[in-house]
Amino acid sequence: MTSSSEGTFFLTGKDFVKAGTASGSLKRVLEDMGVPSAVVRRAAIAAFEAEMNTIIYAVAGIMHYYVTAEMIKVVIQDMGQGIENIELAMTEGYSTAPDYIREMGFGSGMGLPNIKKNVDKFMLSSVSGEGTTLEFIINLEKT
Amino acid sequence: MILQQLVDSLSLEVLTEGADLMRGVSGGYVSDMISDVIGNAREGQVWITFQVHLNIVAAASLKGLSAIIMVNNRRPLPETLQRASEENVVIMTTSLPAFDLVGLLYDLGLRCR
Ligand SMILES: Nc1ncnc2c1ncn2[C@@H]1O[C@H](COP(=O)(O)OP(=O)(O)OP(=O)(O)O)[C@@H](O)[C@H]1O
Ligand SMILES: [Mg+2]
Repeated sequence: MTSSSEGTFFLTGKDFVKAGTASGSLKRVLEDMGVPSAVVRRAAIAAFEAEMNTIIYAVAGIMHYYVTAEMIKVVIQDMGQGIENIELAMTEGYSTAPDYIREMGFGSGMGLPNIKKNVDKFMLSSVSGEGTTLEFIINLEKT
Repeated sequence: MILQQLVDSLSLEVLTEGADLMRGVSGGYVSDMISDVIGNAREGQVWITFQVHLNIVAAASLKGLSAIIMVNNRRPLPETLQRASEENVVIMTTSLPAFDLVGLLYDLGLRCR
């Protein structure tokens, strides 16, 4: 595996055509670095769910990734409505998605739980009315 | 089982150009919710859905699904088909409603778990 890599993608709220391209690019970066495919999949799933949440619920955001020999760290930070009750938001099945979002297949309230299941460390913080920061880490075994 | 066998047995219409129908099929999953598929579908399964939006391609690709099968003659949006071709995601459609399609897939031996 090549040593380390770092980069940033910009996310635009309500842009459902570009949606998924940041996590898609991150997936290719990890593949090119030689990260094992099972680990790439976990990272790509977590990044996709976080990217979609920013696109659906926020005005704009960034996804920053940082990969070393030990870990993959991804931070998704957005400006938007924020989350009032994090514990509630983390509950499987809880969703505030409006109807037009549900028609696109989102709003089952499983995105945040999916992220948590696929990562080793998960942090979610938010200031209501300002924005949300989600950070996750996936450990890379040293071989 | 491979995709070609499903296409032949159930007269599915393949919509993505140059689709690899030699791909194996390990089972099936039915859902219209993206995060449900991401959380619960398994690699190699066919995904039966009513959804046609672009985001289904990302979900199928992330999970390494064998193909997406749309029911009730639903057709993907043009941008969905284009993204699917780029990401090697196979999309098919059938005039059958989901209930009947799943019954036939089950008869062919496919399972979810
Ligand atoms: N970045 C964010 N900004 C504001 N609110 C958010 C953000 N991310 C999540 N939420 C809130 O948390 C809820 C639960 O999020 P989660 O991703 O688990 O489910 P969902 O997005 O509603 O549906 P799904 O992910 O299954 O399509 C959302 O409905 C929303 O209210
Ligand atoms: Mg979500």
